[in-house]
Amino acid sequence: MNVRLHVWRQQSANAPGKMVQYEATDISPTMSFLEMLDLVNEGLVAKGEEPIAFDHDCREGICGTCSLMINGVAHGPNEATTSCQLHMRSFHEGQDIYIEPWRARAFPVIRDLVTDRSAFDRIIQAGGFVSVNTGGVPDANAIAIPKPDAEAAMDAAACIGCGACVAACKNASAMLFVSAKVSHLSLLPQGKIEGSRRATAMVAQMDLEGFGSCTNTQECEAVCPKEISVASIARLNREFLKASVESSH
Amino acid sequence: MQLDAKVPAGNLESKWTRHKFDMKLVAPANKRKKKVLVVGTGLAGAAAAATLAEQGYQVEAFCYQDSARRAHSIAAQGGINAAKNYQGDGDSIYRLFYDTIKGGDFRAREANVYRLAEVSVQIIDQAVAQGVPFAREYGGLLANRSFGGAQVSRTFYARGQTGQQLLLGAYSALSRQVGCGAVKLHTRSEMLDLVVHEGRARGIIVRNLATGQLTRHVADAVVLATGGYGNTFYLSTNATGCNVTATHRAYKRGAGFANPCYTQIHPTCIPVSGDHQSKLTLMSESLRNDGRVWVPQKQGDKRKPADIPENERDYFLERKYPGFGNLAPRDIASRSAKEACDSGRGIGDSGLGVYLDFSAAISRLGKPLVAERYGNLFQMYEKITAENPYETPMRIYPAVHYTMGGLWVDYNLQSTIPGLFVAGEANFSDHGANRLGASALMQGLADGYFVLPSTLGNYLAENSTPALSVDAPVFQTVQGEVEAQVQKLLSIQGTRSPSSFHRELGLLLWEHCGMARDKAGLEMALRKIPELRKTFWQDVRVTGSGAALNQELEKAGRVADFLEFGELMCLDALSREESCGGHFRTEYQTEDGEAKRDDANFSHASVWEYQDGRAPVMHKEPLVFENVKLATRSYK
Repeated sequence: MNVRLHVWRQQSANAPGKMVQYEATDISPTMSFLEMLDLVNEGLVAKGEEPIAFDHDCREGICGTCSLMINGVAHGPNEATTSCQLHMRSFHEGQDIYIEPWRARAFPVIRDLVTDRSAFDRIIQAGGFVSVNTGGVPDANAIAIPKPDAEAAMDAAACIGCGACVAACKNASAMLFVSAKVSHLSLLPQGKIEGSRRATAMVAQMDLEGFGSCTNTQECEAVCPKEISVASIARLNREFLKASVESSH
Repeated sequence: MQLDAKVPAGNLESKWTRHKFDMKLVAPANKRKKKVLVVGTGLAGAAAAATLAEQGYQVEAFCYQDSARRAHSIAAQGGINAAKNYQGDGDSIYRLFYDTIKGGDFRAREANVYRLAEVSVQIIDQAVAQGVPFAREYGGLLANRSFGGAQVSRTFYARGQTGQQLLLGAYSALSRQVGCGAVKLHTRSEMLDLVVHEGRARGIIVRNLATGQLTRHVADAVVLATGGYGNTFYLSTNATGCNVTATHRAYKRGAGFANPCYTQIHPTCIPVSGDHQSKLTLMSESLRNDGRVWVPQKQGDKRKPADIPENERDYFLERKYPGFGNLAPRDIASRSAKEACDSGRGIGDSGLGVYLDFSAAISRLGKPLVAERYGNLFQMYEKITAENPYETPMRIYPAVHYTMGGLWVDYNLQSTIPGLFVAGEANFSDHGANRLGASALMQGLADGYFVLPSTLGNYLAENSTPALSVDAPVFQTVQGEVEAQVQKLLSIQGTRSPSSFHRELGLLLWEHCGMARDKAGLEMALRKIPELRKTFWQDVRVTGSGAALNQELEKAGRVADFLEFGELMCLDALSREESCGGHFRTEYQTEDGEAKRDDANFSHASVWEYQDGRAPVMHKEPLVFENVKLATRSYK
């Protein structure tokens, strides 16, 4: 099959960018979207042009590196699917495909489709952990955890930190990402103890990084490749409110 | 090259406890003055960096990914072994030790493996304390599943994302230390060389992948936790960025490289679909708990799987290995699949595939329970193949997955270069010639959380490293060499992309140094690889410049190292004239096609020493078995 690509090209963080058109020819429907880009890049290199820079690594939907806005949708048309798991059979012959980077003030473009998402790491560094050192911890079965709680914690912990939620949000809010980590840890007895401190610190760092506010449009949930529920946002709000009440005492 | 394994005296059970007491400690006030560089932020690297920082050392950590959370440990699916015996099914530290030694075909060091089994129980405690959401039973206690090569249920798991959850645990511990300023973390930073000064590892040269800038880092010790070399084959289950550069550069600076021919071909991966393929996707071994592997009995039977009646199917693992059935270890399961396909009974268009069938499990357990156990894996399979495994069997085929070989280390995880420590898949220490499922996560975390922080402390206590500046001549020289290579790659301006060379090398290795090897094939590969390398250095085309983000340049540097390292793999495979674990030499097999070990002549680790401009020299570390009796591995 053949498709026509319109790709955001930008030399560096401060250079102006623009959409550039490329023809992707002789594409197999069994190719992944990124393999299609590999092929286009091989063609560019053969002509001595610089290939399209894009982030990718595991190519099996778990590392969270790939981050493409495809026809205006974070990670493209398929539900619960990262860009790397998307296959060309999801597109039709002759289709125009627009490929852009995540767009958010807190995720500046480094080059072409590659953005800097280190803001997410700094949010985790602010409080996305349980404060235990290595060694001297109780036996793993010392604290029984109800299965439904463990399952709900796992649902939230499945977040891959790709940033699609931010890219999809009209306010570039990071609430789904932050709330997934807060939910994961606050649902478990090990994480409950510092729940208030965690919620306060992570929200403060989120604001500092320049992410926007949440206005409950739920676009984040719709694009999340790991199907993180907006129920976690409610949980974060509860933790945050609880922390504010506690601190006012 | 001296290979002193430094295994402590005493009986197996007390070695580690006694050694921990015998090792010297660094006083808290002095820890603050010592700096350690940790390269790689997977399970081993993140765990080591976090733990060393908690203890008070200055730590700098490096990863090529844009975030420490994305290291390839994240992709491990099935689980992590630990000798907790929570199921009361007869497990013990000794049994885990024995299974691992036997699974590795008696090619690993006893004392290291025993220690691994011993600390395995602490790992689970640590992970739970960090909030890792392992699977649980309705009573609230931890659940276990079985895995290949074991007859007890000792594998802990978090759905099909165990690696992800354990890595996020280690990443959270690391992030906590970064947040409080105890670890300086460098992301998008690739180590391009090791700096050795006065015989000790003292620093590294790093390229910032976003800006192209080279930087120098000096320390009292260096830890490499940079993963395996599976991507030498081009197609593997590794992430596309995984590479051998850090360990290969350390080898070229004097670190012995052990058993590079030991590579693990994982039996259950999604088959190759075309020439465009950029990587292979693993389907967790845990699927073999409930999935049955089969091919048609007749050659060239192209009927749909549902149209092939039971009595015309060959459930070959169950037939050949009734004791373990579909849970035969990886090397054996892979080889059996290859045999079935070589005999013309492979399935799919290419004939390179076998079925993994869940219909019996679905009728026994019901679809909801199967979905609870494997739902995300089934979903992943369907995304890639557009086939629904609830309705039709999965098609699978073996693929390169893990590398048991790695930099040689002693009991303290120190390489042959003093001050250079190696952890996780990057070292050779625990899995012998074949790794059992769910043991990679165990080893990465054992090394990172529990072994390295003790042994590295002992090194720092025993050795006072003289002050060294990054402006010292040795740093200038090594950086100069790195710069020269970058410039050379950019200046060739030939006609072929780095990937095209990588693909060609991968095919050569898969053909001649893959699931089955023989003398003639290896000798041919040893002729062709240097030719390919020569062409690379004459005809590679790297676009762009070195002073910015340049993914072609990154690839070219990695391919240049793969082209050297692939030769070492073949050399090692040629010199090991026996079959053991993942290393199957067709000349050395039993009448019924099983691997034939030669304990009299090959019960050793082969350790290669780099020689500038000449063939490397092989040294041997004899493997002494004082506790287990060497036996022919049987899973029948």
